[in-house]
Amino acid sequence: MSDPTQTFGRDPHVLLRVIAKFLIPLIALFAFYVQFHGDYGPGGGFQAGVILAASVILYALVFGLKAAKRAFPPSLIRYGMTLGVLLYGGTGVLSWFMGGEFLNYSVLAHDASHGQHYGILAVELGVLTTVTTVMIAIFYAFGSRQPETSDEDW
Amino acid sequence: MSELFSQYNYVIVIILMMTGLYTVFASRNLIKKLAGLSVFQTSVFLLYITIGKVSGGQPPILVEGGASYGTDVDGHALLEGTIQVAAGGGSYILPGPGSDVLYSNPLPHVLILTAIVVGVATLSIGLALTVRIREVYHTIEEDEIEEKDFIYNLEGTAD
Amino acid sequence: MALLNFIPDWLLTHGPAFLMALPLIMAAITSILPNKRVAWASTFIVTAILTITAFALALYNAEVGTTVYKMGGWAPPHGISLVVDALSAPVLVLIALMSFVTVIYALPATVAEIKPNKRAPFYAAFLLCVAGLLGMVITGDAFNVFVFLEVSSISTYVLVAMGAARDRRALSAAYNYLILGSIGATFFVIGIGFLYMETGTLNMADMARILADLDGGSRVAKVAFGFIIIGLGLKLAMFPLHTWLPGAYAYSPTPVTAFLASTATKAALYLLLRFTFFVFDPSYAYVADVLMYVLVGMGVFGMVFASLQAIFQTDARRMLAFSSVAQVGYMLLGIGIATTASVGAGYLHLINHAVIKGGLFLALGAMWYRFGITRTEDFKGLGQTMPWTMGAFTILGLSLIGVPFTAGFVSKINLAGAAAGAGWWWAVGIIMLTSILALVYIGRLLLLAYFQSPPTINGVVVERNEAPLTMLVPMWALALGSIFIGVESDAVVGASIRAAELLLGTG
Repeated sequence: MSDPTQTFGRDPHVLLRVIAKFLIPLIALFAFYVQFHGDYGPGGGFQAGVILAASVILYALVFGLKAAKRAFPPSLIRYGMTLGVLLYGGTGVLSWFMGGEFLNYSVLAHDASHGQHYGILAVELGVLTTVTTVMIAIFYAFGSRQPETSDEDW
Repeated sequence: MSELFSQYNYVIVIILMMTGLYTVFASRNLIKKLAGLSVFQTSVFLLYITIGKVSGGQPPILVEGGASYGTDVDGHALLEGTIQVAAGGGSYILPGPGSDVLYSNPLPHVLILTAIVVGVATLSIGLALTVRIREVYHTIEEDEIEEKDFIYNLEGTAD
Repeated sequence: MALLNFIPDWLLTHGPAFLMALPLIMAAITSILPNKRVAWASTFIVTAILTITAFALALYNAEVGTTVYKMGGWAPPHGISLVVDALSAPVLVLIALMSFVTVIYALPATVAEIKPNKRAPFYAAFLLCVAGLLGMVITGDAFNVFVFLEVSSISTYVLVAMGAARDRRALSAAYNYLILGSIGATFFVIGIGFLYMETGTLNMADMARILADLDGGSRVAKVAFGFIIIGLGLKLAMFPLHTWLPGAYAYSPTPVTAFLASTATKAALYLLLRFTFFVFDPSYAYVADVLMYVLVGMGVFGMVFASLQAIFQTDARRMLAFSSVAQVGYMLLGIGIATTASVGAGYLHLINHAVIKGGLFLALGAMWYRFGITRTEDFKGLGQTMPWTMGAFTILGLSLIGVPFTAGFVSKINLAGAAAGAGWWWAVGIIMLTSILALVYIGRLLLLAYFQSPPTINGVVVERNEAPLTMLVPMWALALGSIFIGVESDAVVGASIRAAELLLGTG
């Protein structure tokens, strides 16, 4: 994969790349909107995670898998998956230590309403982390199997 | 006949379900089988979603005002029984049996969200297996794989 | 009970959630552990803790009766509940114990069968599978059952496919298992959907109550029952739906085969019991019909035909796999007769068969580990080359046939007694017949092992080469366990009768 900045002018995908560069931050931003709006309306970690992963996948599609792997290293994936599960499970374990049932968020704060709020935020963050990394992991796994299509093959 | 049209959702579900199941059993190509499996699973998602729909109901999102079930010691709105909605803050409540707001059943959606994740996991495992099978057998046609396995069984060695 | 005094109260109250949360969280951690020994050690510790917890819960359950744990503090029927009762507690112990035994065996086996960089993921997938199995047994929520069923199934597909390092046919076996397993799970979830349409609840106890109020429910409930039976039938390898099983058992890594044979189909059978007797009730005409014609019919067909197929197998693990299908038939027969004694006998056979078949597959795995044995004709002279392994295999094989003073005898005599008690004398005949068939396919191996001399390779007689201790200990533990159940059967028989009484409401 050639560096797009060096081949400027001869890059056959210049439109695609410019628009993607413009879109990717918006997609990521929208993912976080869906994530944090999940408290009040439709949304949450699953959807946000898939949208966030979609931004990385779009980057990989437009700029190539190598560039994507530089931006989001595959070594992060395993740790991301584990971190997400630990965030989720850790919330449950914390609620054990605070004297409630597993995942009973009500005991996490001084009153039940705030506890539920903190609990669902932590859990959804865990879901976001895991879903994002897993979706990217699946994409990388399948994408790395075949040699990449070079610009000349188009 | 009119019954068929009035319950068109079930008709669609059945058509999708049978299409998927037929594809799984009839095709001998590993990818096509997985596609059939996906269609089959999707039909179930549709079945669940349609049974959650209440005609004329709005999305089950908190509405301002509405009938209240009282407040707890901290002044937060109480909903049905002891269930509290943390985001309620007193003025927002989930439309419930006491309110005049008609809303669709959110539970099937939540269930199907889980089922979709399960479906994605199954599909990606299936595709990963197909990739590995192609690397080892150099084909994704079931007949050829069985033929190769048959030879393998006879000779006890891989080609 | 005195033993319970050593268990902290916290574990007894929060044990149900602990049982499924611990392996789930540890699976995530295990997957990033770099060193395979560390991964093994963490899995070993987790399964040991699980076994202790499951035993404590079972003892606690025997003392105080059914306990319901409210997940997240949400009360059932709205919240998800975890239920430990006389039906689920023994299966929990079984799954935890078998996972523990398998992990000990897996230490040498994975070195031989799994590539070094795949060992940590292997143990992670194994823990996920354990979590899924424990979860689907303990949960009281019907949809949750589906989720855990898929958690365990998906990790099982991965585990089966890991056998590809040894035999590439593991890949197509895993693929077939995936297709049929997913269809089974989808049928099951369609059934749950219809049940939800009928009752408006997902809590199984609540479903049972509403269905009883509706006197069995409308046609929707009947359709739901049909879908659930077919879905679970695929998962538990009911006779015509068993085609995924021989391949999956024959080509997966040997510890996985032993674990699958002793737990996966058993957990599905547990669900069948839970749904036919607990959620639905044999007093509804359609349930009684299915029990009488489908479960008994398929059970008996499976017993006879799968036993016959087992006789003609040349691959030892495929032979035992077909024998598993036949043994599932015994359990289905017991369930189908639907008296307290017969359901108890079916449940008893579920536990005994898990112990027996788990041990047999461990012994076969040890034989592969030392001599690469997969075919039945390679058993020649194993009585001399691997006396201890073959000894355990012999004990467990006799137990499978149903020789007195073994576990298999206890469950078969109970099942035959229950069938006779219900007036089903022909079923007693079938049990006798299939026991003779079992004698043929096990006896064939024993004859080869003890009455043939070891083969010569390049003119040299194969020397004695016993399996390592880490393999011998688990398989002998199971062999002695099967004798223990055969001699001191009161505890296990009592547990199975309690389970049957809970199911049929005769307690």
